[in-house]
Amino acid sequence: MTLSNRLSERVRSGDPVALATVIEGEGVGNHLLIIPGEESDGSLGHPDLDRVVHRDGLAELEAGRSGIRTYGPEGQTTPEDLEGTPTVRVFVESWAPPPQMWIFGAVDFTAALARVAKILGYRVLVCDAREIFATGRRFPMADEVRVTWPSPVFDERGETLGPRDAVCILTHDPKFDVPAVQGALATRVGYIGVMGSRTTHERRLERLAEAGITSNHDLERLMSPIGLDLGARTPEETAISICAEIIANRTGRTASRLRTGSGPIHP
Amino acid sequence: MKELLDDLDRWRTAGNRVALARVVDVEGSGPRGPGAAMAVSLEGEVVGSVSGGCVEGAVVTEALSLLHGEREPGIVTFGYSDDEAFAVGLTCGGTIRLFIEEFNW
Repeated sequence: MTLSNRLSERVRSGDPVALATVIEGEGVGNHLLIIPGEESDGSLGHPDLDRVVHRDGLAELEAGRSGIRTYGPEGQTTPEDLEGTPTVRVFVESWAPPPQMWIFGAVDFTAALARVAKILGYRVLVCDAREIFATGRRFPMADEVRVTWPSPVFDERGETLGPRDAVCILTHDPKFDVPAVQGALATRVGYIGVMGSRTTHERRLERLAEAGITSNHDLERLMSPIGLDLGARTPEETAISICAEIIANRTGRTASRLRTGSGPIHP
Repeated sequence: MKELLDDLDRWRTAGNRVALARVVDVEGSGPRGPGAAMAVSLEGEVVGSVSGGCVEGAVVTEALSLLHGEREPGIVTFGYSDDEAFAVGLTCGGTIRLFIEEFNW
């Protein structure tokens, strides 16, 4: 199997992989394929360089980052070692597993949100305890549909959620959304959005307080009411408003119009 | 590069020669980050993109000259700070560096 076959197999199946390529210096066009838990494949031109790039590549992959790193021809990295040596510049490209979006509540908005999330590259899980609503036929775009309460899903794999992931709670039903919020707050998930009007939000805060969720740190993590103020009406427009909020949270931007601002558009 | 995989496979199966251009570095304002990629076949078919459409035409020219043996694999720079001979820039004012190579590995 060629290096690119192995790479495309990993990328297609969503398994983590990084590709290191010499882009400048000795051995331009050499490749090294880096897979967690496996020997690296290919060579950049020197076994010591391969070993160091393999180590660095795993770290880049863990962080989901891609970028250029500079080494000596035998993998030297410290400024003293690099002085007076010809350098090799290596581009490490990471393919981290897709971010996850968990959507609680199998409602009209769910299908639209799942569709937009798929466009953005999320692996989408839809969860609702009501068997007649949570079906693969209603949500063919979802990667997984679960008929269950939120707690078992969080117990089972809440620890797989991280800063790149999102939990969107669209149920409006206290029986369901309180445990979903509790479950989400116990994870490292980057975005927690909870749907409902401002009145619903106030009532939900009371129920969350009864369930013992009162700390500011926790409550500040809740994006509720969910989404940006776009004046969205339809499920599809609402889905855009939710995803736009997820992007703005990640980038730390205020999400106002570009024409009213100044400075670089792509920071 | 993920979105290129099907076309890369198809070209490889058909025995077509292909050049791959990947964004490796972005300075200042740039529309697409490291890893954005496009591929150009010797027959002139193009898939993917590396900017908002600002430099794709010039990338095709570079890719074809690589496949014709008129240039080596290596880095191509586009942008205002470019002191090489490329007249093409990014409308957003940044600089991007691409690595162009033959996809034969």
